[in-house]
Amino acid sequence: MVKKWEEMTAEEKQDAQFQKLLIPKDHEGNNLKFQSPEAEANYKAAITRLKDAIQLRKTPDRVPVTIFPGMYPFIYSGMNLHEAMYDYDRCVAGFKKFVLDFKPDVHFGAAAPGPGKFYEILDYKLYVWPGHGVSPQSIYQCIEGEYMGAEEYDLLITDPSFYFRNFYLPRVFGALIPWSMLPPLTGILEMYGVAFSFIPYGLPPVQSAYKALFEAGAEALKWAMAVGGVDIELATMGFPQILGGFTKAPFDTLGDTLRGTKGIMVDMYRRPDKLLEALDKITPIMINMGLGAAKQTGKPFIFMPLHKGADGFLSDNQFKTFYWPHLKKVILGLIEGGCIPFPAAEGSFNTRLEYLKELPKGKTVWMFDQTDLAKVKALLGDTICIFGNVPSVMLQLGTPQQVKDYCKKLIDDVGQGGGFIMANGAFFDEAKPENVKAMVDFTKEYGVYK
Amino acid sequence: MTTDLVKTLADLKEKEVIKIVESRLSAGEDPFKILDDARSGVEIVGKRFAEGDYFIPDLIYAGEILKIITDMIKPNLMKKVEVKRLGKVIMGTVAGDIHDIGKNIVVFMLDVNGFEVLDLGIDVPAQKFVDTIKETGSKIVGMSGFLTLAFQSMKDTVEAIKKAGLRDEVKIMIGGGQIDEEVRIFSGADAYGKDAMEAVKLAKGWIGG
Repeated sequence: MVKKWEEMTAEEKQDAQFQKLLIPKDHEGNNLKFQSPEAEANYKAAITRLKDAIQLRKTPDRVPVTIFPGMYPFIYSGMNLHEAMYDYDRCVAGFKKFVLDFKPDVHFGAAAPGPGKFYEILDYKLYVWPGHGVSPQSIYQCIEGEYMGAEEYDLLITDPSFYFRNFYLPRVFGALIPWSMLPPLTGILEMYGVAFSFIPYGLPPVQSAYKALFEAGAEALKWAMAVGGVDIELATMGFPQILGGFTKAPFDTLGDTLRGTKGIMVDMYRRPDKLLEALDKITPIMINMGLGAAKQTGKPFIFMPLHKGADGFLSDNQFKTFYWPHLKKVILGLIEGGCIPFPAAEGSFNTRLEYLKELPKGKTVWMFDQTDLAKVKALLGDTICIFGNVPSVMLQLGTPQQVKDYCKKLIDDVGQGGGFIMANGAFFDEAKPENVKAMVDFTKEYGVYK
Repeated sequence: MTTDLVKTLADLKEKEVIKIVESRLSAGEDPFKILDDARSGVEIVGKRFAEGDYFIPDLIYAGEILKIITDMIKPNLMKKVEVKRLGKVIMGTVAGDIHDIGKNIVVFMLDVNGFEVLDLGIDVPAQKFVDTIKETGSKIVGMSGFLTLAFQSMKDTVEAIKKAGLRDEVKIMIGGGQIDEEVRIFSGADAYGKDAMEAVKLAKGWIGG
């Protein structure tokens, strides 16, 4: 008898998720028609290879290889990034060319540039983007700031959704400023007085905010159709897109776009208790964010870009007080829900590796950049799957021979016995195509397990 | 309560620091002397950072405390402070890149360590670096960048400085998340530093101190 989802162990859920990935669906939910038997074989081999590398139960047929770029696919395909953000068809066509030219085992989709017009409709103030604060050749970048005040912790802790809608979002989206006029939803209780809660929705500024919202939604949908369409098309050609969604370490959630880097760092000294309380509050929200995305997309890989936990950004004491406990809870919560957490340890994580030993075996993939992977393998080879770490600088400035030598060393040192996925270490926008090609082709040739 | 401002600030005890400054001000002490001590305290913070005992949050917090002290002292200053400076350093995040956390920490540490820093901000065009060298006669240029596209901007900026005939007049240092020796060679800079204290060390090596 087939067990119900809720009755399954985390292990069984993960197996079921991989099983689901092996039988991809089309738009209508029917089994996907592959363009050729070869495409189908490649698709399934890629998923199986990935599964073996992650679960650490058996050695894969060879080292899986993929590319997890920033804006490289679009620059490679000859467009500037303004075009990649505003012309969805061109964006996905460029991405398709990138996948078909380099042939990574799996890919991560064309969503990175995002829909330029959507940001304009909502008057997004948190970022500059090509042609909108930076040159069309540059990429979108976050404007650091304290978008949440130091005195607002209690507001956030009491009701995060209310805080987001009425305070945070109106600050980062110009079009949503009228949201600050809305009453809390939790005031809607009984016949008497219920209408009061709806009066603000009759006010012209609020109505225009919702008008912008509908327009933005339609634009996002248009973009999503293009981005989702190319995923399916590439799947029929044998290239699975595996990303199911993303979530964050609670410390980064608060520190990246709410309190800002300076804000949260000072909070550790001035208001540590409030900070911890807020982190506790955000933790289940971050778990549900990942689980919800996986459910919506049907894909279990939940990406987690880790920022402020890197070496040097926190002392060991700060890391184990403010960063790791909540990050660990999010990771375990995702695993419990059948997801595969996919954290990216940006910068380096050499001083944090001991903590990763606390994670269950065969349940996570860790992208590393400047971390010493031989050390990771020795310490964590039987716990996590290691993903990385061909350096951005080498991809951009090095030679194919340098890339091959680097990959050879990785396969020899880190690939041993499985548990390793060859990839770049950090998101890159610029690279020499021959270097990217060398990484993929050499791994396919030299990375075969005997 | 300790009365040693240098040590208390170096240990990042904000509340005690404020009390010490208050009592020294009300005792009528020369505000320059207090500011001197505060700077010495932050210099120790920088040393501890370089030695691996302190981390980025400590530098940032020290900066915040120093700001509070400066604000407390300001009303007591009769004339503008004329601090003797080691030399001028031009700093900026290169064209196309707006990341400034790292750059700001470098600016702060250079300032505390006695340099006059001309901070050009973010997304700084090559020509702006050139113009500022001409205007100020600064002997050191620091370029910061986080994105891979910053490598090219750094190279372009060095080229522009060379074209203006100023390459031999200045020492150029670069830094940022992905920056290493290979990027240094590519860009044509003189040195790269992996953190703020290395920038201070490089600057001191070039123009004394």
